[in-house]
Amino acid sequence: MEKKLALELKGVSKYFGKLAANKNVDLDVYRGEILAILGENGCGKTTLMNMIAGIYYPDEGTIYVDGNEAVIRSPKDAFAHGIGMIHQHFKLVDVFSAAQNIILGINDGKRYNISEVNAKVKTIADKYGFVIDPAKKIHEMSVSEKQTVEILKVLYRGADILILDEPSAVLTPQETEKLFAVLRKMRDDGKSILIITHKLHEVMSISDRVAVFRKGEHIATVNTAETSPAQLTEMMVGKKVELNIDRPDPENVEGRLFVKNLSLTDTEGIKLLDDISFVANSGEILGIAGIAGSGQRELLESIAGLSGHIEGEIIYHNPKTGEVESLRDKNPVQIRELGVRLSFVPEDRLGMGLVGNMDLVDNMMLRSYSKGRSLFVDRKKPKSLAERIVKDLQVATPGTGTPVRRLSGGNVQKVLVGREIAASPTVLMAAYPVRGLDINSSYTIYNLLTEQKKKGVAVIFVGEDLDVLVELCDRIMVICAGKITGVVDGRSTTKEEIGLLMTKTDTSYSDSEGGKGE
Amino acid sequence: MRNNKTSVHEPLFHVVKRDTIPLWKSMLIRVIAVAASLLVCSLLSMVLIKANPIEFLETLVDATFGSERRLWKFSKDAAVLLCIALAITPAFKMKFWNIGAEGQVLIGALASVACAFYLGKSMPNWALLIVMFVAAVISGAIWGGIPAIFKAKWGTNETLFTLMMNYAASGIVAFFLVKWTPSGSSVLGELKVGHLPEIVHPYLLIILAVIAITLFVFIYQSFTKHGYELSVVGESENTARYIGINVKKVIIRTMLLSGAICGIAGFLIVAGLDHSITETTVGGRGFTAIMVSWLAKFNPLVMILTAAFVTFLNQGASQISTFFNIDSSFPSMVVGIVLFFIIGCEFFINYKVKFRSTSKKEVK
Repeated sequence: MEKKLALELKGVSKYFGKLAANKNVDLDVYRGEILAILGENGCGKTTLMNMIAGIYYPDEGTIYVDGNEAVIRSPKDAFAHGIGMIHQHFKLVDVFSAAQNIILGINDGKRYNISEVNAKVKTIADKYGFVIDPAKKIHEMSVSEKQTVEILKVLYRGADILILDEPSAVLTPQETEKLFAVLRKMRDDGKSILIITHKLHEVMSISDRVAVFRKGEHIATVNTAETSPAQLTEMMVGKKVELNIDRPDPENVEGRLFVKNLSLTDTEGIKLLDDISFVANSGEILGIAGIAGSGQRELLESIAGLSGHIEGEIIYHNPKTGEVESLRDKNPVQIRELGVRLSFVPEDRLGMGLVGNMDLVDNMMLRSYSKGRSLFVDRKKPKSLAERIVKDLQVATPGTGTPVRRLSGGNVQKVLVGREIAASPTVLMAAYPVRGLDINSSYTIYNLLTEQKKKGVAVIFVGEDLDVLVELCDRIMVICAGKITGVVDGRSTTKEEIGLLMTKTDTSYSDSEGGKGE
Repeated sequence: MRNNKTSVHEPLFHVVKRDTIPLWKSMLIRVIAVAASLLVCSLLSMVLIKANPIEFLETLVDATFGSERRLWKFSKDAAVLLCIALAITPAFKMKFWNIGAEGQVLIGALASVACAFYLGKSMPNWALLIVMFVAAVISGAIWGGIPAIFKAKWGTNETLFTLMMNYAASGIVAFFLVKWTPSGSSVLGELKVGHLPEIVHPYLLIILAVIAITLFVFIYQSFTKHGYELSVVGESENTARYIGINVKKVIIRTMLLSGAICGIAGFLIVAGLDHSITETTVGGRGFTAIMVSWLAKFNPLVMILTAAFVTFLNQGASQISTFFNIDSSFPSMVVGIVLFFIIGCEFFINYKVKFRSTSKKEVK
């Protein structure tokens, strides 16, 4: 079958200040194919997609759609050319129904007729095998349903070139499979699908061709059938990378942190955490798996003393003094004063762990500024700590006086993890520490966590990539809707087993639970 | 749906965010903005009031630098404005939008006047000045503290709250004016007691006091733990919670300080300049101060320049209205135009405008 060119980019460049986000990119996309866009963070793949979708305007170069030059100045222009993008962060109105969200912003001169829209949405959904109730309100939907609405929104506008930005990041393995099945159907229907992803095994399973990007440049496009994960990684990073995570057996295992019957209820009476009990052992990495928003954040914040009133007990066994301390109803300062060396790498790096507008030195100071009786802050020690972290973890930054928001995601995370580890913790909690990080940075972080484990730290790791969880963790605790649905051994479990536990509730799987807590 | 006839037109220009900009370049943009605004003003003056543009500009500059007396008046006005701007700065840095400086200054002024009115005869001047100062500081702090407590405890909106407190303050002043003037005229004559001592020049002490406050606020914000805490709270309350900063305490503490410095401003106005009070003693400077603080990006040292600049404009404007014998509306326009250019030029500091490259030929 002869393939028809759908989208063609020639010499496209985009600069942010002096930095070239994209440099002279040529790219071809055919009708009826799934093209994976692969590359490390900051390699310009999202920028490129944003230019195709009309969010940015290219500084140089030309975009052709169906062989004709296209000027795409806005998402509206993009739709006029049949291009639609599904963003990583959903842009939906919570109190509207699926259908209402789908027609929002369409101005075709026709009268608003919701039942007609419902019917049309249903037709599109049935055609590709989506399961959706057009009248359901967004706030009652699970994450995967919301994603479905986003995809339908684009299809409804008649797009036949679809761009998906890391669509599987918020899904369970089972949901991802369903999504991929739908994408394959759309491909067979002649649509072109561009999918940005970090996960190599997904690239291998879904795509027809892979376009690899490095440092803003398009390195090559290869046929998926003729390549391997190792080769792709090498093209992406520019050198050979060892993709194995070292997992030494735990040593000197003893209970460090005991959580007993922990429950947390929000102001509206909804249980965010329901009777959680577990032990985090020293010298061990305890993984926490679950769909995003199942209570992971609340659990870690409760332990760190950020959640206000909780029910149940959190007990810390101090390895030095042998004393037993209760952490319940204590704030982070009180916890520190008890001599509990609890470090916490929160999910929201720039919104919680660090202050984006402050420089590296001031961010180091967050943990230590209050020490001593002086009225004035001491910037000397934080400065030398910042310099040490920059050197040891190879943080790419112009200097320690640069605001952290100017750093790339991986470097921000190195700064944060570096600071938390510098406090020589006995318990280290990390929530999604590799989210948005490139392969190299991710493995740096995994190695740092493993190193801490070897030092006898009780590490708690909240992750989303199940492949990593089963490779890195000694034990994996799965939670769903604020409840523990199982604790499995990291060495013997499978992704599928965890995936099933992730959606297991007492009353069988209920969709509306998934997006809760966010 | 697809429209093959979409005309191929690259936009004439598009806007790109700048990564960083060297200091000289940003200063150059600002200088150009001021120059351009003055050019526009001169042209307008030709058209609207038939003035000679050179004469117009001369008058503007003369208003401040024309004589020693004008220079002193300028310095005094700039100092008072700077003092109020310094007062609101810690709150603004904390992203607590305190637009109640007007009321906080007024209530501080009222407390000073009240002390002089009731205690003036019973104590020596130096002791009275101390009492007036303390009363002004405390009342200003209370006036600033009330909205802070409500915000910290119940999450009320500080903008509305502080704004309303302005009206309350002016109402209280009106009440006392009626009470203090036996005829009910509400015009309080000049107080004979509680004057600041004169050093070299009547205004010099005020100017020195404000310089001291400038240094204090600068050091407080940049080098103390309190200052660090308030910046963290301003940047991200979540981060503040995460490291265990008591957010409520910081909000209340910072607003007490902010109100207290406003109180000092009120004291300086009463004891050093007006020796009396009316409902309009502050005269909008509580609001102008917001602009002064913001233009300086909350840096107390830069604020010296912005306060001076705003005062220069105001003084120039009133001089123009006298010199050309016109009412105040045209001078107000001039001030507005200049500020518009200054604030507008920030756009060009943050963004770059890229024009269509001419080398590229247009394809069909």
